[in-house]
Amino acid sequence: MDNIILEMRGITKTFPGVKALDNVSFKVREGEIHALVGENGAGKSTLMKVLSGVYPAGTYEGEIYYDGEVRSFSTIADSEEIGIIIIHQELALVPLLSIAENIFLGNEVATNGVIQWPQTFARTQELLKKVGLNESPATLITDIGVGKQQLVEIAKALSKKVRLLILDEPTASLNENDSDALLKLLMEFRKQGMTSIIISHKLNEIKKVADQITILRDGGTVETLDCHKEDISEDRIIKGMVGRALEDRYPPRVPNIGDTLLEVNNWNVFHQHHRDRQFLHDVSFKVRAGEVVGIAGLMGAGRTETAMSLFGRSWGHKITGEVTMRGKPVDVSTIPRAIKAGLAYVTEDRKQLGLVLINNIMHNTTLSNLSAVSSNGVIDERKEAKVASDYRSKLRIRSHSIYQEAVNLSGGNQQKVVLSKWLFTNPEVLILDEPTRGIDIGAKYEIYTIINQLAAEGKGILMISSEMPELLGTCDRIYVMNEGRIVAELSKEEASQESIMRAIMRSGEKH
Amino acid sequence: MVADTSTHTTKPSIGDYLRNNIREYGLLVALVIIMLFFQFVTDGVLFKPVNITNLVLQNSFIVIMALGMLLIIVAGHIDLSVGSIVAFIGAISAIMLVKWGLPAFVVIPACLVVGGIMGAAQGYWVAYQKIPSFIVTLAGMLVFRGLTYVVLGGRPIGPFPKEFQLLSTGFVPDFLSFLNVTPDLIKNMVALVAVLLLVGYALYAGLRNRRINERHGTENEPFIFFAIQMAVIGVVALFLGFQLATYRGLPNVLIVMGVLIALYTFITTRSTVGRRIYAMGGNEKAAKLSGINTERLTFYAFVNMGVLAALAGMIITARLNSATPKAGVGFELDVIAACFIGGASASGGVGKITGAVIGAFIMGVMNNGMSIMGIGIDYQQLIKGLVLLAAVFFDVYNKNKGKG
Repeated sequence: MDNIILEMRGITKTFPGVKALDNVSFKVREGEIHALVGENGAGKSTLMKVLSGVYPAGTYEGEIYYDGEVRSFSTIADSEEIGIIIIHQELALVPLLSIAENIFLGNEVATNGVIQWPQTFARTQELLKKVGLNESPATLITDIGVGKQQLVEIAKALSKKVRLLILDEPTASLNENDSDALLKLLMEFRKQGMTSIIISHKLNEIKKVADQITILRDGGTVETLDCHKEDISEDRIIKGMVGRALEDRYPPRVPNIGDTLLEVNNWNVFHQHHRDRQFLHDVSFKVRAGEVVGIAGLMGAGRTETAMSLFGRSWGHKITGEVTMRGKPVDVSTIPRAIKAGLAYVTEDRKQLGLVLINNIMHNTTLSNLSAVSSNGVIDERKEAKVASDYRSKLRIRSHSIYQEAVNLSGGNQQKVVLSKWLFTNPEVLILDEPTRGIDIGAKYEIYTIINQLAAEGKGILMISSEMPELLGTCDRIYVMNEGRIVAELSKEEASQESIMRAIMRSGEKH
Repeated sequence: MVADTSTHTTKPSIGDYLRNNIREYGLLVALVIIMLFFQFVTDGVLFKPVNITNLVLQNSFIVIMALGMLLIIVAGHIDLSVGSIVAFIGAISAIMLVKWGLPAFVVIPACLVVGGIMGAAQGYWVAYQKIPSFIVTLAGMLVFRGLTYVVLGGRPIGPFPKEFQLLSTGFVPDFLSFLNVTPDLIKNMVALVAVLLLVGYALYAGLRNRRINERHGTENEPFIFFAIQMAVIGVVALFLGFQLATYRGLPNVLIVMGVLIALYTFITTRSTVGRRIYAMGGNEKAAKLSGINTERLTFYAFVNMGVLAALAGMIITARLNSATPKAGVGFELDVIAACFIGGASASGGVGKITGAVIGAFIMGVMNNGMSIMGIGIDYQQLIKGLVLLAAVFFDVYNKNKGKG
């Protein structure tokens, strides 16, 4: 167990104007699961890109020792050859090819360029068995869920005789069951002697599987913790990541709840693609002024679909139900009407659905409410700049100016730009869909603080989140959804991880 | 945090500024170099007053269509049908003017409306039925070309009445001639005065804008660049104005083109419609979820393109004084190339009117210069193709270098 398989020494990598890695050292023992943690921008992904040859030797300083020998990789193929395989956060699978074709893509089982399909399928079957995926090798990637796609990626890694498997945020888009299955698989591999490096924000998962934890901060190594020598708590890890002890992950708030703002009754929606399948059944809920209301549920419970169908019918069809704002029926049949009715929807996927990444902060901020900074269709640039500057300082968006492109911002700051955009429409109720997904702990705290401020100003907040502690820490009331239905409504006092899970499980038995 | 750069908001150096804006300056420099090159190799024919007038007349329709095409490309689409729209509009204008004897002041607006309808007919399928614009406009290209043959019966129609021809061959009359101060060399005082006023206004507006920016703390380009840019544009404009003044003055088309360039620059940089098109091209889903009616915007981008193509079609027909079924063949490629040379991105969301206009003129000067040199159409095409590739490679190269 004490055999060092990988050692990175004094790694320094600079980009124009930024030192992304500064003299980082990193040691991995053979046969362990080594967790790499740190806030966004701490340098985790950069370090792994150096290791896997995405940044070729020569573009960084320092040495990589693998099996005790100095190695330098100039391409990804070089690192793969000796068994270092990286699985990126954004999966590299071709959606319209089959599982088998994807696994052997670029590495086909072929003689003289002719693919040997029987062998390909047989070997795929073997690999799928190893990762516990019960699918036909001929199934297309697009037809299986993200969790299974992740397993296909791992099967692909296994096909390449992997010795050191690197997983970048493997569970970020997985639900709890799929995450558990994946972690179990990693532990199974560990028994067989394989080494893994796992990058993750989910500290509870890291606690579950990691043998050692290396913490990066601001491009440097902070420390490596050995989970077998001492009991490492989540707070201990967080302390290392942020450089200070975080007493409370959720800012305190005294709720001051007013009248009902948004009320939705008997919301029925059919599936966007499978048009005769009803997806949401009689969903009813309300959000009051100054109240933070959560929607808990597993992946696929219908939370995002509820929000999107409500917000200008952006999802689903045959939508029926009643929506009122302050007791009066409102028309939310198109997005402009929904905005006019006082709704704002912060999407779960800020890069694909929230921001125009190639546009600057200012243009993104005013996009939903251009009429407020223009007259007769002509934009008043000074006014626009002022609006953007105000939100930039109010929400503490870290950037060098309002003219910085959104693509160059960190996740937390991008999310703040999306929030700016919607705050500028002056909504009564904000629907926040996974508002802190993929952003670091410091920025999460800031987002919670903003949520609290908005509630204090009398806005209603409807928050969808897959992180139960986050819902429990911020919400006054939590609805639990499962299979397209609201299955429970819990007050702050009643709500706990157990009560939420119980509600989900019980409803699952009924239907 | 690495991403936190709020602590050092140092002023960008001149080098940084040049690197960030190399595209725009590079384009202008390229145009000037190409012009000087052809001036040299054609023994000064390029800048002769007659030839400059010709250059404007020959390229005006490409520039006009490039304005619409830029919006289409920024919106994330493409329009292959403009060459066929040009031909069809030429054909129906011939029918209306020559066969039916309708007056030009009726025919011109009617043709613009028909162009708009043709654009709408395509925009509908792209915007509301979500069929890729490449396919829709490829179909449009074939359909409109076919209709042109049907309408013309396969034969050219001409000649056109005088007042319609003025659209492309007319010049702004020299209403300052009565002053009788015109030196012998200058045949058209209006042209010279107009150019002087224009350059003066550009300088004034530029300086005023800088002052306002300073007051509001907005980033200005370094003064040296402003000065050089103004000097280059000023000298070139005055020179061209002078040359035009020694011939027949300002072509009507130049005025139309100038007004349209100004209008579309304004639309793309200052109007909400322009902003929304850029946002839509940058990320259609995000734009839609921000409350932008992306379908309607796409639809109108195609309507707009149709109208501009119709205008271009009338200018060409008036210039050739004949409507032929083969008019405008391959124009779509010149227009699209102008946009891409001008820095528009094929994936949408990026591109400038000034870029497209300069791109169109780069193509135009090359066409013109190579024709004067007597280079055959075969090599002309080859060279233009390579220039297009080089320009886009320059973009990609710069972008990758920026990433480090």
